Amino acid sequence: MKTRSKASAVAVTAALAVVVSACGGGGGAKSTSGTGSDEKPASQYNAGVTQVVNPSEKTGGTLHMGMPGDFDSVDPGDQYYGYAWNFSRFYTRALTMFKPVPGEEGLQLVGDLAEDLGKPSDGGKTWTYKLRKGIKFEDGTPVTSKDVKYAVARSLDKDILPSGPTYFNDWLDLQGYTGPYKMKDKLDDFKAVETPDDYTVVFHLKKAYGGFDYFAMLPQTAPVPAAKDTGSKYKEHPVSTGPYMFKSHELTKRIELVKNPNWDPATDPNRKQLNDSVEVLLGQNEDDLDQRLLSGKIDVKINSTGVAANARKTVLTDPKVKQYADSAAIDRTWFTNINGDVKPFDNIHCRKAVMYAADRSAIQGAYGGPDAGGDVALSLMPSKMTGYQKIDPYGVEANPTGDLTKAKEELTACGQPNGFSTTISYRNERAAEKLTAESLQQSLGRIGIKLEIKGYPQGDYFKLYAGKPDFAKKNNLGLMVYGWGADYPEGFGFFQQIVDSRVIRDAGNTNLGVKDPKIDELIDQAAGETDAAKRNAIWAQVDKQVMDSAFILPYVWAHGLFYRPPTLKNAFVSQNWGMYEYLTLGTQ
Amino acid sequence: MTAPLDVPESAIEAGPETVLEGTETSVIRGRSLGQIAWMRLKRDRIAMTGGIVILLLILVAVFAPLLVSWFGHPPGEWHREKLDPSIGAPLGAFGGISGDFLFGVEPDSGRDLFSRVLYGARISLLIAFFATLLCVVLGTVLGMIAGFFGGWVDTVISRLMDIFLAFPLLVFALALAGVIPDKAFGLSGDTLRISLLVFIIGFFNWPYIGRIIRGQTLSLREREFVDASRSLGARNHTILFKEILPNLLAPILVYSTLLIPSNILFEAALSFLGVGVRPPTPTWGGMLSDAVHNYQVAPNFMIFPGLAIFITVLAFNLLGDGLRDAFDPKAR
Repeated sequence: MKTRSKASAVAVTAALAVVVSACGGGGGAKSTSGTGSDEKPASQYNAGVTQVVNPSEKTGGTLHMGMPGDFDSVDPGDQYYGYAWNFSRFYTRALTMFKPVPGEEGLQLVGDLAEDLGKPSDGGKTWTYKLRKGIKFEDGTPVTSKDVKYAVARSLDKDILPSGPTYFNDWLDLQGYTGPYKMKDKLDDFKAVETPDDYTVVFHLKKAYGGFDYFAMLPQTAPVPAAKDTGSKYKEHPVSTGPYMFKSHELTKRIELVKNPNWDPATDPNRKQLNDSVEVLLGQNEDDLDQRLLSGKIDVKINSTGVAANARKTVLTDPKVKQYADSAAIDRTWFTNINGDVKPFDNIHCRKAVMYAADRSAIQGAYGGPDAGGDVALSLMPSKMTGYQKIDPYGVEANPTGDLTKAKEELTACGQPNGFSTTISYRNERAAEKLTAESLQQSLGRIGIKLEIKGYPQGDYFKLYAGKPDFAKKNNLGLMVYGWGADYPEGFGFFQQIVDSRVIRDAGNTNLGVKDPKIDELIDQAAGETDAAKRNAIWAQVDKQVMDSAFILPYVWAHGLFYRPPTLKNAFVSQNWGMYEYLTLGTQ
Repeated sequence: MTAPLDVPESAIEAGPETVLEGTETSVIRGRSLGQIAWMRLKRDRIAMTGGIVILLLILVAVFAPLLVSWFGHPPGEWHREKLDPSIGAPLGAFGGISGDFLFGVEPDSGRDLFSRVLYGARISLLIAFFATLLCVVLGTVLGMIAGFFGGWVDTVISRLMDIFLAFPLLVFALALAGVIPDKAFGLSGDTLRISLLVFIIGFFNWPYIGRIIRGQTLSLREREFVDASRSLGARNHTILFKEILPNLLAPILVYSTLLIPSNILFEAALSFLGVGVRPPTPTWGGMLSDAVHNYQVAPNFMIFPGLAIFITVLAFNLLGDGLRDAFDPKAR
């Protein structure tokens, strides 16, 4: 899952920030409190991480949301940001969903459009879902299995809907089907999804995958009526099946959702419809947005990392403000790839020397410190993910600033006792990654590894630079600063794209050079395993093997620092999203 | 200049003889334009202040390593002990300003801002000077040729200037700096980046000075001394370099001084946008760009490099204005 970096959003607006901030308010953000009283309920820092803050069932009012940028899309078939998936459940219902509750229970999948989770057969190659009856679109038309099939079919066409994940393209047994835009009126050729009756959907996979319920959670399975589909323009008004529907969508400026009269709470045990309307202001100046959030004029800031660097100081140093903040763990690890294609990193001991010498606590500072940046990572797998088992093969807990003795031993074992020179790449737009590269230059310099620092534009980082093995090798990119977030909190959704050597292509890679046949073997084992407990045990082994082969230097398990104004009701951090659960929020 | 109102009586009463006597004792020397300008400049306190500041800046840039070893810490060295570990903001008042860290420290890394600003001066001045040199050489040569020869040569060069002036320079600079390889023309690393910036800034800014030189040459070539020289049989290049160029020195000097600050700003803008010199080499523009994320946490991070740019640009502008007045008081 992608995280829109703080830096990229700020970079665009940075030059204008000083000029615009005075008038960047935009219209419509009024005080959210209906009672008009000034007293603010006391709260506690991090209260929202484990429990529901300000529970309330009162209805009415408007939920004001604000965003520093724009969604990749609000079309359920075309989204890849966690906050976009979180938001789209206001107006869409996928087959399954994460339970909108605090704590670990929030990592559990439950049926949403489907009555229950999928039934696997054929050893995990076929998955069957039974839809709930009585669910209607916003215009009153009943939702049928055909609408789900059509939604999945359209999401396959990455030319029209480029942003979403490619799991269905990769896993469904498509038999040459390319989507309804290129193959008009040939939905019957789409044999990978079958609809034996109006309330049954059957998926056929190329090979077994035990975690298919996670795919069924993707907004790509949310029903889309074929007659209303306008392709890339569907985002202007996605047809609702949830408690809210689009009233207006001024592209890149503002979204207004109102109550969907055809949503029946009897069919939906997980959602609430507390607000009369939901308003989202898009393209806001980030620092200004943070100020409005802190003053309560905005109820929720939509992004993946919470308040930006400037507001962080106010939030963390003023106890009156800090009591309303939560430091939420995200399924994301910040790390640097150690490129085995570049000498001398073909030697595992040279890679291990880097693992030992890196000052992880300095990098933690570069990402914003323990509250806003995250915890020092002991291994690659984020600690809050399902199936995480604690390992610390490089003794990071005892020596967060590095273990120079061990590092020098490894250097000697590698035959480079005096160190060597190599290059480290980072993404230009990301201030924290630049600082990370500079920090590694300092900490690896302690054992004689000299780094030259090179920044590349993040838009082409994978297509042309770090993600292109030829380029990386030719330009001596021994270290590549990177980071990855899980699409969903289970091993496959985190590991497969970054450590499976078989996904490495000529360019555009997400795996920047982890090549270990043992890891590949473990991934296959895990994916085919339908027993969740056994599967999770294998993912823990993958984590260990990745650390042992030393192709990846993890340093921070990311946190976001989020702020909930005292007037916000039913606020809690979803363990799955790593941010506030939007579905339950109210203001009364 | 007006005559002084309070003329001493002795001067009024003095006869013409006494005045003549005076001239006999002191020899009247002709003063060159340069000498006159220098005298005028010396009297212009504002311009002189600008000049002194520039001199100091150059000294600071040249001796930055020495100054840093006395008063600061190496520019790349991290001092995380100077930061609040929970928010990465500098400890202490005003961004951690102390006797040890004169300008405070950078948030998140704790690097010494004093030494980073000092080292930043080197890059800024280096690029600005060389880029200006390139502008001036190109602009003078092409401007003189266009103005002196006229005809189709003038037409071609003038249209070329128009094209260059219409060029979307910033966009081009961003694109070029993005695609430049790590090694080219036998250069690599920072040397290559700096040369590239010098080239971009210099090569695309010459028409500004080129037009001025062309105009001056146009009027100079009609003057009597040029005719005289020509009638004595001087060839074109002799006239250009012996007769016209010396008369152009004044405008060249003035406009170079005024070009330098605009080039400093352009370099800062490029660094701000991330296409300047590679980290961890500090530049003023690059520091400002990082400071944007932290201006509430550590205002000193934005203030000091900002002040450095401000003072440098102001000093050059003041000196440039003073020079222009000194060489040509009528042009005011």
